[in-house]
Amino acid sequence: MSMVQNFPFFSIIIAMFAGIVSSVLSGKKARNLSLAMIAVTILLSGAVFYYCLKNQVSYTYMMGHYPAPWGNEIRAGILEGFTAAFFGAVMLLAVIGGMRHTRQDVEEGKQNLFYIMIDLMLSSLLALVYTNDLFTAYVFVEINTIAGCGLIMIRQKGRCLSSAIRYMIMSQLGSGLFLIGLSLLYDVTGHLLMSPAREAAERITAAGTYEIPMLVILALISVGLAIKSGLYPFHYWIPDTYGYATPTASAILSGLVSKGYIFLLIKIFYRVLGYEYVISSRIINVLFVFGVAGMIMGSVHAIMEEDMRRMIAYSSVAQIGYIYMGIGLGTQAGMVAAIFHIFTHSATKALLFISSVGLYEVSGGRKDYHSLRGAGYRNPLAGIGFSVGALSMVGFPMLSGFISKLLFAASALQSPHKMLITLIALAVSTILNAMYFLRMVITLYRPSMEPSKSEKGTGRNSWNLCLAIFSFILLNLLLGLGSQPIVGAIGDGLMMFD
Amino acid sequence: MAMNLLLNIEETVSVVLFGIGFTMLLLHQNLIKKIMGMNIMDTAVYLFLAAKGYIHGRQVPIITDGIQDVSAYINPVPSGLVLTGIVVSVSTTALMLSLTIRLYERYHSLDLDEILRGMRKEERL
Repeated sequence: MSMVQNFPFFSIIIAMFAGIVSSVLSGKKARNLSLAMIAVTILLSGAVFYYCLKNQVSYTYMMGHYPAPWGNEIRAGILEGFTAAFFGAVMLLAVIGGMRHTRQDVEEGKQNLFYIMIDLMLSSLLALVYTNDLFTAYVFVEINTIAGCGLIMIRQKGRCLSSAIRYMIMSQLGSGLFLIGLSLLYDVTGHLLMSPAREAAERITAAGTYEIPMLVILALISVGLAIKSGLYPFHYWIPDTYGYATPTASAILSGLVSKGYIFLLIKIFYRVLGYEYVISSRIINVLFVFGVAGMIMGSVHAIMEEDMRRMIAYSSVAQIGYIYMGIGLGTQAGMVAAIFHIFTHSATKALLFISSVGLYEVSGGRKDYHSLRGAGYRNPLAGIGFSVGALSMVGFPMLSGFISKLLFAASALQSPHKMLITLIALAVSTILNAMYFLRMVITLYRPSMEPSKSEKGTGRNSWNLCLAIFSFILLNLLLGLGSQPIVGAIGDGLMMFD
Repeated sequence: MAMNLLLNIEETVSVVLFGIGFTMLLLHQNLIKKIMGMNIMDTAVYLFLAAKGYIHGRQVPIITDGIQDVSAYINPVPSGLVLTGIVVSVSTTALMLSLTIRLYERYHSLDLDEILRGMRKEERL
C-alpha cells in the first residue's frame, strides 16, 4: 500500500487538529494556521486524485482495527479526490478574499473562533466526501450544520442572529428526518457500513420484501438532505442566511455546505440503495419536479429583489434546483451534469459573493440598484469579477455555466419522458437569469449621475481581494475551457462510485 | 392495522412525538417553546432508534452471571448511536439557547414576531 493512500485520512485529521489547536491561538496565528492547513489539504487531495486517476482505481481504507462489516471505512476514488481538492480550493480562495472583512466584522477576542469554524467546516466536508459509513456521515452532517451556524452568527447584527435561528430550525428538521431514515435502514439491512448495507438492500429489493419500508427510507433520506441543501419548497432560510453573513461565510455557505449534502445524497443513492432501485422509484420524479420548480421560482424571486446580496442568494436557490433536476433526470449523463454543476456553482457563487463585497464597499456600503450604479468603474477588478460570475450563471460560452447547461440539455435528450419539460425549464430559467444578472451588470457599468460619489472610496483593493477574484476567474475559465477532461474524469469516477 | 400500531407501540409513539415536536418547532412564536419542540422532535427520533435494538425477553447487554452467549442480550449498537445523537442534540440546544440569549439582550422579547419587528425598525433608522 503506497503512502498516497493514507492521504484522505491525513487531510481529515489535520483539518480537525488545526481547529482544536486554533482554540488557544490568537486571531492572526489562527488565520495563518487555517490558510496553511487548507493549502496542505488541497495538495494531499490533489495527490489522491492523481493517484486514483493514474491507476484507475478506487480503494477503501480501514479506519481502526476492525475490518468490514464491523469497523469503519473511508473510500477514495477519482471523484472523491477531485471533489475534495476542489472544495479545498474554493474554501481557500473564499477565506483569502474575505480576510479583511473578517478582521473588521468579528470582534477582537473572537477572531480565532471564526477560523476554528472554518477548520471544522473543512474537516466535515472532507469527511462527507470520503466516508463509507452511514453513521459517520450523520455525525459529520451535524458538525457541518453547527460549524455553518457558527459562521453565520459570528457577526453580531440582529439580522444574522435571527437568520441563524431559522437556519438551525430547518437544519434540525432535515437532520431528524435523515436520522429516522438511517434508523429504518439499519433496522432493515442490519449494517451501517455502506457496502454491506448495499448487498443487503439489493437482496431485499430483489426478493420484493420490505417494499414500503425501502420506499420510506429513500423518501426520508432524500427529503432530509434536500431540506438541508435548500431545495425549492424548503428554501426560505437561504436569502436571510447568505445575504447578511460576512463575505467569507456567504461564499462558503452557498458554495460548499449545500454541495456537501448533495454529494452525500448522490453517494447514498449509488452506494447504499443501488442506482437501479433509485431510478425505478417515484422519488426521483419528485426531486425532478421540485428541482424544476426551484429553477423557475428562485429566479422569479431574484428578479423581485432590490438588495444585491439577497438577489445572489435567490440565484443560489435556482442553481440548486438545476442540480436536483439533473439528479431527477434519472440517467448517468444527468448525474454527470449535476456533479459538474456542483463544481461550477461552487466556484461561481463564491466569486459573486466576494466581488459583491468589493462593489458595495465603493458605493457607500449600500446594496440597492441605485447606489451601485457605476460601481464597475469605481472598482474595476470587482466589476470584472462580478461580470464574469454573472455571465457564467447566465450561460455565456467559454465560461463554465455554458458547459453545465450544455450537459443538462444533452442528458435531457436521453430521457424521453422528461425531455420536453427539462428543455423548456432550461430555456425559461436562462431568460429569467439573464433578466436579473444582466440588469445588475448593466447597472454596474452605467455612468453614475452624481460625480461626487465617484471620488469616495476609489481606494485600492487589498491584495487578498485581487488575488481571490483573479483566481476565481481563472478557475471559472478552467472549468469552462478545459471541461472535456474534467467531465471525463467525473464520468470515470462515477463508474467506480459504487 | 390498529393491531400493528399497538404491536409496534414504540415506533407509533415516536412518530406521534415527532409530529408534536415538529409542530411546536414551526408554529409557536416563542423561542423557548421552539427549542423545546426541537428537543421533543430529537427525543422522538432517539426513541425510534433505541427501539430498533430491543429484542423481547432478553437482557441489557452487560455480561451478568458469566453468560457470554450473544442470544441472551439485546443489540447494543443502536444504544451507542442514540448516545451520539444525544450529544448532537445537546450541542444544538446549547447553540440555540445562546442565540436566544443574544436576541433577548438586544430586543428584550422572546417572541419571534416582535424580534423581527424590532429588527426591521432598527434597519430603517
